[in-house]
Amino acid sequence: MRRSFLTPALWIPAGLAIALLGLPLVALIVRAPWAQLPELLSRSEVLQALGLSLGTASIATVVSLALGIPLALVLARSADWPAVPRRLLRALVTVPLVLPPVVGGVALLLLLGRRGLIGQFLPFQIPFSTTAVVIAQVFVAMPFLVLAVESAVRASDRRFETAAATLGATRWTILRRVTLPLVAPGVSAGALLCFTRALGEFGATITFAGSFPGVTQTLPIATYLELQRDPDAAIALSLTLMVVSVAVLVTLRDRWVPGLTS
Amino acid sequence: MSLAAQLRVKRGDLSLELELSVDPGRTLALVGPNGAGKSTALGAIAGLVPNEGTVRVGDRVLDELPVEQRRVGCVFQDYLLFPHLTVLENVAFGPRATGMPRSAARQAASDWLARLDLAALAQRRPAQLSGGQAQRVALARALATDPEVLLLDEPLAALDVEIRADVRAELATHLADYAGLTIVVTHSLADVTALALDVIVLERGRATQRGSLAELTAAPATPYVERLTRPAPVG
Repeated sequence: MRRSFLTPALWIPAGLAIALLGLPLVALIVRAPWAQLPELLSRSEVLQALGLSLGTASIATVVSLALGIPLALVLARSADWPAVPRRLLRALVTVPLVLPPVVGGVALLLLLGRRGLIGQFLPFQIPFSTTAVVIAQVFVAMPFLVLAVESAVRASDRRFETAAATLGATRWTILRRVTLPLVAPGVSAGALLCFTRALGEFGATITFAGSFPGVTQTLPIATYLELQRDPDAAIALSLTLMVVSVAVLVTLRDRWVPGLTS
Repeated sequence: MSLAAQLRVKRGDLSLELELSVDPGRTLALVGPNGAGKSTALGAIAGLVPNEGTVRVGDRVLDELPVEQRRVGCVFQDYLLFPHLTVLENVAFGPRATGMPRSAARQAASDWLARLDLAALAQRRPAQLSGGQAQRVALARALATDPEVLLLDEPLAALDVEIRADVRAELATHLADYAGLTIVVTHSLADVTALALDVIVLERGRATQRGSLAELTAAPATPYVERLTRPAPVG
């Protein structure tokens, strides 16, 4: 057993931190209108928002996997690039993590809006559609996946790829049968982070996609709007979001992450 | 058909210049101190390290071929068995990768496992194997691709000393059954005795002596060779 040299004084700020993180969730659970919950949650607008949220976050995760895994592989192998493009690429991937989501939404409008840089040439309109919801979620959530996969790729032993090549495997086969399976735990952890981040997306979505019930009004947006109209409904929605997030965390962690390491 | 290689590799501090040839049935041992360029020489033959010289197998020139088309099988020092695949899948990997249908590849892999006395381990993961077992699986995986050339990089170095002699004897039997061209890198005299007929001593990227083990022992050309071939106390 290791002797701990933690001074007891650290417990005071640490305790405050725990309270700050934990008590709001306690408040949410304590103040939830449990009796009316079934009624509140079976309202059609709630189910609609929940369905829209789960659907768009799932699509955003699939899109992030399809685009983000290749980006992560490029990023992980960029070590021998010149410094400038290498750092630019890394900054580009990291910016959405630190950028206020609202700013992301404005930027997306300026790119894809009706008079946007690209939007003005498009025969169809993207903003304020379900597509816009997915794009906003991908913008905000994909970097989580990219960085998780990239660190897994960096940590994995590249000599397995060498061994595969000596066995006659082409680059494509190596990617499919060696590289990706070896980083699968990183991919699932990244997908999990990406999905929960997409599910909670608010700022970029409301800016770029608005809040049309059934089309762009996701669960977080519905929660915010209900807080002014019907606080009980807002609490119920918050509880739902929390349960979905925690459930995703618990089930996917147990099923995917350790399953591949054992 | 034999292997003829001129190796010219520059890598950091190492400058390797080596000519070698291997005839069927005459396993070549590359011996030398650490950093002499032994593994680099194998890498150059396998296509893993850029070589300015030429490598030929029979009338096939390997230089222009990518690694996966060279038909050069490798057993790496730490084996590099794919940790996410079972033993059977590891051995079936090569046949699968070269286009064999899944069931045929698994059958071929099963046959190799049976030949190397590994059938009982088919469903294990590499992490569940002993060192000696892992080495045999690595050998089976390389042989299952039907390579024209087989390169073994310190095949016994990762094993516990107590089991080395047994594994070495087994390896010698399996290499005797293999019809292709074999090069083994080692710095153990016992490996040379058991596995190879011809020896090249490599020091700082240059061959300092060539010949049979008896010739090396009779007239060591460098202090390294003398130390290597000096009768050692038992153990």
